[in-house]
Amino acid sequence: MSSARFAVARAVGAGAAGLSRATGRGSGTTVGGRLTLAIDPSALQRAAAGRDLALVSGTNGKTTTRSLLVAALATRGPVVSNGGGANLPTGLTAALATNRTARMGVLEVDEPYLPRVAAAVMPRVVVLLNLSRDQLDRYAEVRRLAGIWRDALAQPGAPTAVANVDDPLVVWAASAAPHAIWVAAGQRWRDDATVCPACGDVIRRDGEDWSSECGLRRLTPQWSVSGSAVTDPAGEVHQVSLAIPGDVNIGNAALAAAAASLWDVTAPEAFAAMASIPSVEGRYLQTTYAGHAVRLLLAKNPAGWVEALSMARPEPAGVVISVNARAADGRDPSWLWDSPFEVMRGRFAVATGERSRDVAVRLRYAGVDHVRVDDPAAALARAGDAAGTGNPVDVLANYTAFQAFRRVVGDG
Amino acid sequence: MADPVRIALVFPSVLGTYGDGGNASVLAQRLRWRGIDAETIDVGIDEAVPSQADLYVLGGGEDTAQTLAVSRLGDGALARAATSGATVFAVCAGFQILGETFLDGAGAVHAGLGLIDCRTDRLVGPRAVGELYGRSTVPGVETVTGYENHGGRTVLGSDALPFATVRSGIGNGDAGVDGAVQGSVVATYLHGPALARNPALADELLRRVVGDLTTLDDGEEDELRRERMTALRRGRRTWWRRQWRPPARSA
Repeated sequence: MSSARFAVARAVGAGAAGLSRATGRGSGTTVGGRLTLAIDPSALQRAAAGRDLALVSGTNGKTTTRSLLVAALATRGPVVSNGGGANLPTGLTAALATNRTARMGVLEVDEPYLPRVAAAVMPRVVVLLNLSRDQLDRYAEVRRLAGIWRDALAQPGAPTAVANVDDPLVVWAASAAPHAIWVAAGQRWRDDATVCPACGDVIRRDGEDWSSECGLRRLTPQWSVSGSAVTDPAGEVHQVSLAIPGDVNIGNAALAAAAASLWDVTAPEAFAAMASIPSVEGRYLQTTYAGHAVRLLLAKNPAGWVEALSMARPEPAGVVISVNARAADGRDPSWLWDSPFEVMRGRFAVATGERSRDVAVRLRYAGVDHVRVDDPAAALARAGDAAGTGNPVDVLANYTAFQAFRRVVGDG
Repeated sequence: MADPVRIALVFPSVLGTYGDGGNASVLAQRLRWRGIDAETIDVGIDEAVPSQADLYVLGGGEDTAQTLAVSRLGDGALARAATSGATVFAVCAGFQILGETFLDGAGAVHAGLGLIDCRTDRLVGPRAVGELYGRSTVPGVETVTGYENHGGRTVLGSDALPFATVRSGIGNGDAGVDGAVQGSVVATYLHGPALARNPALADELLRRVVGDLTTLDDGEEDELRRERMTALRRGRRTWWRRQWRPPARSA
């Protein structure tokens, strides 16, 4: 009976997803997964049964790291995964229910849902990237997220953690796991780890090393990153060359390779499989628009903006800053003031998105010359004009604003 | 040339979770645009709070950080500066720790610095998250807008005046008011940051330090304020409409 219920639930979900796509209402993963879960609340657990899964979570890099890990595991066979940012239980259920053949799977999971999802799908490994301020209207406090991860990993039967040893919040959470693989993946943003999550005292830092009075400290990593080189647990150094830009992604690749090693994928095999991924759901997409080379950079929170602003090309490249504040973005764009727009002082930028007025005020105080343009396509054209013929344009946008730009350039 | 106006941003690495460090940038830039030299000092959590600043700015932070911050302020430098007339602008957790008592992360009552006659415990019901708008009691400031995100309820004693009467949102969660004004201390739950969203308040704080100010063109801030007020009205209409629909499932 119960497996019949799951079969019905899966069929109804798939039907609804198809209807949603056919009527142009969406990709259908959310409505499909929602119906499946409504008919069979244990659908996620059932859909995961018999699979060998990795979960990926963290504030930044979930989608990219998921896709790097999928590439690495695909060297061993078919891999099921969840795309389109559908990283809540509904989306995960839909992804698993619609691919019944792949035994391996990599799922990215929204941070607060990680305990619930891990309990349901019993993964082999969780990959913990980083935790920093994001959508504070929804999460309120970063330390609280680290705390619920820690509680989940302390449960009997908890999975192995592959964890970023450069983030004290992640180390605190992952050190509760029965087994952990530590990866020095880097963490440029440190402002949410001033205070020790365990004891509340100040975290002492000395270069990349850090420690707290209570004993929480940076552990010796089995994997480490230096520039574009990754050292594996055997001490072998691998030069990692990725098609996607950014130092931060070498760290993500190291985390993915560490996770893939649990499936006996060797580091050279893993990095070779990751090398040619050109862009992930529009992130780092390079295309052309109205005669200008355009690159899309996603930045959802201050830590992400630090990375994106460091990747933005210097003048004469043009730049568009686009910010929304919908539910998926966080309703409060106060974080604009935690992001270092001062690095663009003296440059010209085009502000757009539904909260372009907040961006304009932020740029005013940062000393960045700017105009505000409501329509995203017009904003891109304006930045192209300012850059001049033949010069590229970088678009820096937060989550839903980024999706709007993917549509403008005809991707997704 | 006169000494620069010194703006101390107190412990931004723990009291700066919600963008409130922007308040110090706004104050400094509004002086510089008027040809007045300004210097901002980011005070690290292991550094002593300078005793000679003209303005002290504190922001919001997490519960554990709040307890740490108040322990580091126990040397009395901030209290002495405030007592001798330096202007203090505090937001959210920064506001709470300037009061008589607040609750720490474990829910225990913790002594604050006692610069404001107020006590903070927990709001009854859900955390206050959303746009906050009110009328300030500070002369020349009038309408104030911003975003609140806190679980604290703050009850003012007789020595503290409210900073604003709340028109929309929660604020202190008591007596329909937000924040507090006591002596040279001004405090609020408004993020945004508060001084970016309310340049008249920034100028009022600066006037206390440097006297009369020339007028700046705040066209972009005005446009942002108008847009937020429109969104608030639209939100209220949507709220009424929602009452007639079955409750939405959360995403």
